[in-house]
Amino acid sequence: MFESLSSRLQGITQRLRGKARITEADLDAALREIRLALLEADVNFKVVKEFVGRIREQAVGTDLLTGLNPGQQIVKIVHDELVATLGGERHHLGLDGRPAVIMMVGLQGSGKTTTAAKLAVRLRREGKRPLLVAADVYRPAAVDQLVQLGDQIGAEVHTRPVGTPALEVARSGLEAARQRNHDVMILDTAGRLHVDEAMMDELVRISGTVTPSETLLVVDAMTGQESVRVAEAFHARLPVTGLVLTKMDGDARGGAALSIRAATGLPVAFLGTGERTDGLEPFHPDRLAQRILGMGDILSFVERVQENVDREEAERAAQRMMENRFTLEDFRSQLNQIKKMGPIGQLVGMIPGAGAMAGAAQEAVDSGQMTRIEAIIDSMTPEERRRPEIIKASRRRRIALGSGTSTAEVNRLLKQFVEMQKMMKMLSGGKLPRMGGGLGALLGR
Amino acid sequence: MFWRRRERPAEPQVPAEPDVAPVAPTAPEPEPVAAPPMTVARPRREAGGMGLRGRPSGLGARLRSVFGAGTTATDETWDEVEEALIAADVGGPATLELVDAARERFRAAGGRSGEDARRALATEIRDRLARVGSGRFELGPAPSVILFVGVNGTGKTTTIAKLAHRLLAEGHSVALAAADTFRAAAVEQLRIWGEQLGVSVIAQRAGADPGAVAFDAVAAAESRNLDAMLVDTAGRLQNKQQLMDELSKIRRVIQRRLPDQPRHVLLVLDATTGQNGLLQAEAFSREAGVTGIVLTKLDGTAKGGVALAAADRLGVPIVFAGVGEEVDALAPFDPEAFVEWLFAE
Repeated sequence: MFESLSSRLQGITQRLRGKARITEADLDAALREIRLALLEADVNFKVVKEFVGRIREQAVGTDLLTGLNPGQQIVKIVHDELVATLGGERHHLGLDGRPAVIMMVGLQGSGKTTTAAKLAVRLRREGKRPLLVAADVYRPAAVDQLVQLGDQIGAEVHTRPVGTPALEVARSGLEAARQRNHDVMILDTAGRLHVDEAMMDELVRISGTVTPSETLLVVDAMTGQESVRVAEAFHARLPVTGLVLTKMDGDARGGAALSIRAATGLPVAFLGTGERTDGLEPFHPDRLAQRILGMGDILSFVERVQENVDREEAERAAQRMMENRFTLEDFRSQLNQIKKMGPIGQLVGMIPGAGAMAGAAQEAVDSGQMTRIEAIIDSMTPEERRRPEIIKASRRRRIALGSGTSTAEVNRLLKQFVEMQKMMKMLSGGKLPRMGGGLGALLGR
Repeated sequence: MFWRRRERPAEPQVPAEPDVAPVAPTAPEPEPVAAPPMTVARPRREAGGMGLRGRPSGLGARLRSVFGAGTTATDETWDEVEEALIAADVGGPATLELVDAARERFRAAGGRSGEDARRALATEIRDRLARVGSGRFELGPAPSVILFVGVNGTGKTTTIAKLAHRLLAEGHSVALAAADTFRAAAVEQLRIWGEQLGVSVIAQRAGADPGAVAFDAVAAAESRNLDAMLVDTAGRLQNKQQLMDELSKIRRVIQRRLPDQPRHVLLVLDATTGQNGLLQAEAFSREAGVTGIVLTKLDGTAKGGVALAAADRLGVPIVFAGVGEEVDALAPFDPEAFVEWLFAE
């Protein structure tokens, strides 16, 4: 149901096919799609507005990159900006004090108790001795839940009899941690609404008493537009140091992380995945960026093109094509560049919506057609490659013999090359060769 | 350790459906509940109509500025309405549909002012909610089995307690069934509620087959001729197919014994949820045959707009709204009040 950004941009990409520069109107259309994609990913609408503004600034006047269509380039700009906003560096837990106190806060049902246990597992692996403190005194059986989780993972849990105020549980937990020589204390608190003044006051008092070195705001990845207000409210009252985005094993896009980061500057510390106690992962901004955009593999495609396309070579080919001097030699060098990028079917398959073409391309590779095309071109003299029109019957026979193909195949290649040249003339407004287009014509049958 | 956690079935494993209904343990041993299980009461917050508390910065205030008295509705007005609905989590496609329809209404009625525009939008939302059914919750002839489904952390167990409280107050006989045998202490949580409400809780040990618990629940509902048996299930993310299969199995177990049950399958949807709520609604409808939506956590600032889109998409009514921590904070869903809430100042 949710369209990925790349498929959203596909219509625009098609319209822009062959254009070297993105016009204002094209950009507007693309930005509209980006806006919708971000909103569908639950990025806060105010954050979306700002974000789209920044994308516009960057996209205007950007030179087109060889081998990427304008739509893909916009996707890349969006992705890079997303990663930049989400923050490049990992958040390392600051464990100051003995014990260092980590306080878990958040709305009801966001996954604080589960995350507390997951964090304990992680810290134990790092050689720490965490004490879990069950200060959710409101939800029935919340204490039982932490006790059971502690039992599963072999971590100690501090509890107080039912009826003990949360502040007292926290205070006595700190004392117990000191006495029993725990180096970390993980404090689970009750879920509460950010607008519930009395309950927020309670958190402020607890925080003042245990002076946490980390206060982690636990946020459900499915959270919608309210994420910003929630985070701002917790951040305003408490020294929040980072976010944990939970339920990332679901299919929510997790735009809340971007919203909160943009609005509060809080880093994402961990991602919670699954109900097993080992399901806590460090945060990778690029992965989350791709998820928010629903982009699949488009970026690895973009990156591979960037890595492998010889810019000067491509520009030279473009220049020639513009001057209508695109030759079989240029074509062969294009083929070589494509080959450098890896299995072609996989490559074309990464282009959203190119499934059918991917099949045809892969078939061409599998059937050896690609190799044969190259062999044919290789069997030509440089003069023939530059001026294919001189290739008459006897040259064709020689080329067929030299390449181990038939004259029929040589004929077909030459015919298709002529068609490709015609097509390129039609795209005369464009400066750059469309790899897909040229290749597609040749692989057409 | 009777609470030892059971691992969920591995991905490829489709839970086999027993030919014979699972046999209930002859005497479900009563589990010892440690220490007096009551919890501390939260400080109570005062409530408004249908328990909904408007917030100054909410959609209402935004719309009020858009629809200011005496203003003439312009394209800009509608753009702002669009933005306000997006901010309420109604979602892009649903918002565009709503606004288009409201504009059409506005034009047809010869509307001019911002107030006319507001009325057109309110009527459109109301009509859409009315189209999917009244949302009035009818228990029906005894016994009624009511299944609660939803993703993790939306408030299924709390909602069950609230609905049980409500049904008890109406003089119905009620029992609860703990078919969330997976999450740590979920059974205890329901037991505590059972004790506080004075109703019996059908449960097996943690880690038991939820289908077997559902079977016990149906048997108990039938033999005691209970008005309502409220069945809690484990929270599950809708993209986990093997867990969704487990849910359809629970449903089938109930259906085999009582063909016209479960009478209600209530999807518990968290008002803070964004657009994923639509995917939740679709998947749970497909696997469990959702008959109604309970929109929880409406006591915060989140407007729960995705419920509107979900109800519209699935054609099922929103039946209840969870509007607070207290056990009586469950209101029958009132479309009028919801529209007011969306417009509240």
